[in-house]
Amino acid sequence: MIDIINTFINGLSLGGIYAMIALGYTMVYGIAKMLNFAHGDIIMVGGYTLFVAIGLFGNPILAIVVAIILCGVLGVLMEKLAYKPLRGASPLAVLITAIGVSYLLQSLSQIIFGAGTKYVNMPNWGSITLGSLRIQVYTLVTLIASVVIMVALSVFIKYSKTGRAMIAVSEDRAASELMGINVNTIITITFLIGAMLAAVASTFYLLKAPSISPTFGSMPGIKAFTAAVIGGIGSIPGAMIGGILLGVIEVFTNSIPAIAPYTDAIEFTILIIILLVRPTGLLGKKRREKV
Amino acid sequence: MIKHKKNFKLKHYINYIGIGFVTILFSILSLTGNASISLQFLLEKIAISIILAVSLGLVVGFLGELSLGHAGFMCIGAYIGGKVSAMLEASLGCGISNLLISLIVGGIAAGICGVIIGLPALRLRGDYLAIVTLAFGEIVKTIFINTSAESFGGATGLSTPRYNREFLFIYAFIIVLIMLFIVQNLIRSKHGRAITAIRDSEIASRATGINVTRYKLLVFALSAFFAGIAGVLFSFSNYRVQCTKFDYNYSIEILVMVVLGGMGNITGGIISSSLITLLQVKLATLLSGNLAVLQNVLYALILVLIVIYNNAPRLKGFREKYSIKVLFNKIFKKKADPATVRDDEAKWDRVPTKINVDDLLSMDLVVTESVAKPDKGGEHNE
Amino acid sequence: MNNNVSLPVLETKNLGVSFGGLKACSEVDITINKKEIYGLIGPNGAGKTTIFNLITGIYAPTTGEIYLCGEKINKLSQETICHKGVARTFQNIRLFNNMTVIRNVMVGLHNRKEFKCSFIESALRFPRQFKVEKAMREKAKEILRIFGLEEERNNLACNLPYGMQRKLEIARALATEPKLLLLDEPAAGMNPNETMELVETIKKIRDMFDITILLIEHDLKFVSGLCDRVTVLNFGKVLSTGTVSEVLNDPSVIEAYIGKDDE
Repeated sequence: MIDIINTFINGLSLGGIYAMIALGYTMVYGIAKMLNFAHGDIIMVGGYTLFVAIGLFGNPILAIVVAIILCGVLGVLMEKLAYKPLRGASPLAVLITAIGVSYLLQSLSQIIFGAGTKYVNMPNWGSITLGSLRIQVYTLVTLIASVVIMVALSVFIKYSKTGRAMIAVSEDRAASELMGINVNTIITITFLIGAMLAAVASTFYLLKAPSISPTFGSMPGIKAFTAAVIGGIGSIPGAMIGGILLGVIEVFTNSIPAIAPYTDAIEFTILIIILLVRPTGLLGKKRREKV
Repeated sequence: MIKHKKNFKLKHYINYIGIGFVTILFSILSLTGNASISLQFLLEKIAISIILAVSLGLVVGFLGELSLGHAGFMCIGAYIGGKVSAMLEASLGCGISNLLISLIVGGIAAGICGVIIGLPALRLRGDYLAIVTLAFGEIVKTIFINTSAESFGGATGLSTPRYNREFLFIYAFIIVLIMLFIVQNLIRSKHGRAITAIRDSEIASRATGINVTRYKLLVFALSAFFAGIAGVLFSFSNYRVQCTKFDYNYSIEILVMVVLGGMGNITGGIISSSLITLLQVKLATLLSGNLAVLQNVLYALILVLIVIYNNAPRLKGFREKYSIKVLFNKIFKKKADPATVRDDEAKWDRVPTKINVDDLLSMDLVVTESVAKPDKGGEHNE
Repeated sequence: MNNNVSLPVLETKNLGVSFGGLKACSEVDITINKKEIYGLIGPNGAGKTTIFNLITGIYAPTTGEIYLCGEKINKLSQETICHKGVARTFQNIRLFNNMTVIRNVMVGLHNRKEFKCSFIESALRFPRQFKVEKAMREKAKEILRIFGLEEERNNLACNLPYGMQRKLEIARALATEPKLLLLDEPAAGMNPNETMELVETIKKIRDMFDITILLIEHDLKFVSGLCDRVTVLNFGKVLSTGTVSEVLNDPSVIEAYIGKDDE
């Protein structure tokens, strides 16, 4: 029983990380109507920034701030250079460009840092015991931080002017433009927020397992995307639910030795099944194409 | 009717002629003992790349769906075909019969998976489908990596029979020719037309009676079948199958070949896949270690730049002035075909209207003056 | 032909559809006889296009039935309904934009029995493939000639001017050999000359191909010059049915359009 609770808490904390990344995917999809394939690689850039910054400053908090800023800048640059020229082009073209950007970031980091795994000197906070329950502190921190971030983001989107403009752009870009919303700015802000969230997620990921390689971002990226799709892409609560669901599933399947090697396959199979049953995910809006 | 000579279009046969020429040339070289092993290996790789690019081009360029799991189909073909061939080695040896059987079995196994992946394609579109195909590729990889050593070799991989290098690339190019024959004929037939119609507008295709389900499954199956065959060839070319090779990056590499060659352009796909493979092999000997990744950077840049160049709405004017097609026409002073170019050409440059004229015009019922005002008197003559 | 002449080509009984509680249309009864040109008019949002979408199988009706020549078609797929003999055009033109004009029409010819050619035959280049392709080309040219589009056959569909695109869409629908042709605002965006020409063309194709036509149109001049009978829809319900002048004299129609006469 204790094991199950422990696994569940671990699952929730992993789910929190996935949810943070998934939020980036879902917001960009909802507002820019594109799938940012390179989102996972922002996590990787965040990871390498931490690696370098901790080496330079020795102060993890400062390193995290640097990583968040750098990732934010990267997100905005990516949008301005690669995606903005293609606004209005076919979705396939945008998707392929995003894949190209992802590939570019991976290859560049491989040239700079080498293909091997690097160890990031993250702080170790040890663990606390509650009765017979032993929980790693980073698990709790991740859990709390992800809840705080999600609540903050929801409040921001619901009550701030920019947040409401985001909703408007995601509903109808042309109409919001006519209403005087600067769509380009909104899209840039979306990329900025998404990239910063990815940097935060990267930090928590490294707290869990402090090693990094150029493909560090792809798996969490694909998983988080899966989470976003399961929850219904474009939907913010959907991303949270999908992320947590996927995190819990992953930790549980990993804890059963017989099926542990197939964890990825199981998660992707769940994705395919959910998409077949509900093509727009759990909370996604069904859009009827006007004929 | 008199048979017109103009029915013979060089354009339609250029691929056969090109590939046929290369095949014959290198066959002679190889059979007279003038081809090195590395050249044979390069040719095998090129043939495999062509098959992959053309087969993925069917899905991406003609059907207009993005598949990111092409390496997954290849992986299935490589494992199943390689295994069949290894099993048959005792009884059939490393002859052409073994090769044929394993190619077909590997291709069909991949083709069946293509149908399975095609099923979600019926319900999902665009981004969602892309992610399903990506997931499929990962699932395939995970399954094969966890197989036992006796069945498919697990993480260490599966050894495949060693075919004679002198012939393997010739077989590979013959397969390329057969594939081109099938794919090109299909694309130029009414079925190909139906497929491109689905790409242009699925709703209109359905309304026109095109069986969208059937064609989508067909394209996915055919594309996967050829990817599977490429996989079998790949396993023979490397003497070994390891599923780590068939990862997401490999799928992307094939996609780069398709995009670089031009969507829906078979000749372009052949040229770009050959060039990229050639470059890859040549660069691999030049660059070593982490610098070898430089070519990946190059791919990525090429991919992004080409897509932006070809699709950015703002570059439209620039494209019309400086595209390869225009250049080609200039160099060869292509005569204007009266059927395609009209004298009042200016009119034809008109960009299809983005403003929805219907919305502007669909005002409420217009009561024109010729129809007398119904509220007074009510005589309507017309 | 086992088509009973007395059977109407299209008959809808109590047809209705609702989207999440919103009734887009309900209790629609329309009967269209052979060779009739029938108009569907009404203000925006009256459910005209919805009815088209119901007939062609894009939406499944929540209530009621649709009969094509006595055969129930409301559970069939869009493709099957097309094979049974219903073809349509779209309000916002949906051509195969990256294909040439003639190929657009040839897609329409795809399912005709005389142009049957299996997948294998095409892929392996059987002689039939060539024969069929040539015959299709000829047939497509023939259809394009009716619409005066023969000269444009090698242009890309997206490069045609608006009026021609509308005509091409009709040509493509006609190529499927329909019994019933649904035209969604065929004259939208056309100038008066083109509109008059279109009236003639529609009459001509009705006579040439022996087909029945159901059309949606806002231009009353167009409707009165063309339609034998019309149905007026308002808020998804049938307001009135009859000849154009009958309908325009119907007080309920006048009320719906002009408003109540408060003298």
